[in-house]
Amino acid sequence: MLEHLELFFKSIFVDNMVFAVFLGMCSYLAVSKKVTTAVGLGAAVIFVLGVTVPLNWLLDKYLLQDGALVWLGPEYADYDLSFLSFILFIATIATMVQLVEIVVEKFSPSLYNSLGIFLPLIAVNCAILGGSLFMQTRDIPNIGLALNYGISSGIGWFLAILAIAAIREKIRYSNVPAPLRGLGITFIITGLMGIGFQSFGGMLTGDNEPPEETQSTTAETQKEKEIKKEIDEDEKAISYNEALNK
Amino acid sequence: MALLSKKDANLIKDPLADNNPITIQVLGICSALAITAELKASVVMAISVLFVMGVGNVVISLIRNIIPSKIRIIVQLVVVAALVIIVDQVLKAFAYDLSKTLSVFIGLIITNCIIMGRFEAFALGNGPRRAFLDGIGNALGYGVILVIVGFFRELLGSGTLFGIKVLGDPIAKTGLYSIGYENNGFMIIPPAALIVVGVIIWVQRSRNRALIEEA
Repeated sequence: MLEHLELFFKSIFVDNMVFAVFLGMCSYLAVSKKVTTAVGLGAAVIFVLGVTVPLNWLLDKYLLQDGALVWLGPEYADYDLSFLSFILFIATIATMVQLVEIVVEKFSPSLYNSLGIFLPLIAVNCAILGGSLFMQTRDIPNIGLALNYGISSGIGWFLAILAIAAIREKIRYSNVPAPLRGLGITFIITGLMGIGFQSFGGMLTGDNEPPEETQSTTAETQKEKEIKKEIDEDEKAISYNEALNK
Repeated sequence: MALLSKKDANLIKDPLADNNPITIQVLGICSALAITAELKASVVMAISVLFVMGVGNVVISLIRNIIPSKIRIIVQLVVVAALVIIVDQVLKAFAYDLSKTLSVFIGLIITNCIIMGRFEAFALGNGPRRAFLDGIGNALGYGVILVIVGFFRELLGSGTLFGIKVLGDPIAKTGLYSIGYENNGFMIIPPAALIVVGVIIWVQRSRNRALIEEA
């Protein structure tokens, strides 16, 4: 139970899809002009991540991993098909998205109308493939946790796009320097929000967690570990962020 | 340019500046930001994307008349995924450390919106030669931004370029460090990449005011 809770909060705040690993930035920037559309896309992402991560977990466990084919018989024990994971994962995602679209259209036209236009977009959203790839590199041990991971990282993405959409609706009334208007200021705001989210970093360093886990998996370079010493700078940046917000 | 007609040359030139995939078209941000803390990783990423886009655009352009339009997304994804697997295996074989640094981000080239975007917008409607030029041009435009961001982040964040200490040794206090210069650890953390890109957009749009968005 505890590990479920920990993974849940960790994927939402510490390893937030948008702010920590920059996944799904394209749709995050393109579809965040209005809160209502942002909510639609966010809900679709939670849903699709919740479906595809456990499915790809099964594929990884019983087809791709080193020695995963052993259930076919002992002579298959030394097959390692993990180089095929990209193509299988993306195929699963594309088919699932198509399938979900058909099913939703058939059984709930109202949901389809609010969600429908975003579903095809989602097949090429890097957050979805990223969810499956991180699930693989982080060796998530069982399918329950995989489901949890999918849904909670979806929620993290949802929160991020909701927040930026709300800010963008407000910022229309502010006097932003002309060359920075639109895209530029959105980048900078996202950067500042990312710095804010970094402060969640120390939240879940309980003793049952191996210390290198958060660092080594988030594609941050080894240099970053050295930089841990410079946390002072980090705090300076956060107070700078707050000063800017005022 | 005797080799290329003016129209063809523009296919390469436009994405480098006024129609840059990252700063203007807003495509392919996802993988662009996470790996730019080091210049070396940025360069490798740029070359990988160059390969995938150049070859992918040609392949899609060659089979564009036989793809049923209903399932074209899946066909495109399979073509990219196959190319990315090649890149991934080559990196694992010849640059294992680097492939660890890039981790899942090589895989995420598959869903890099630049690639899908150019397939949809260009390769499906043009011959292989022009598609190739378009792919190369856009990949170069992407690479230029990656290298600029990587350059500033590594120089200001760690005081190195390609791992070489260009500003002196921070521990032995040589070079620039002897007069009290300090590395800016802020540049290494992931959100700094967003701010650097934001500033690049700012600079570009103040130089070319036609690109400014309506409020």
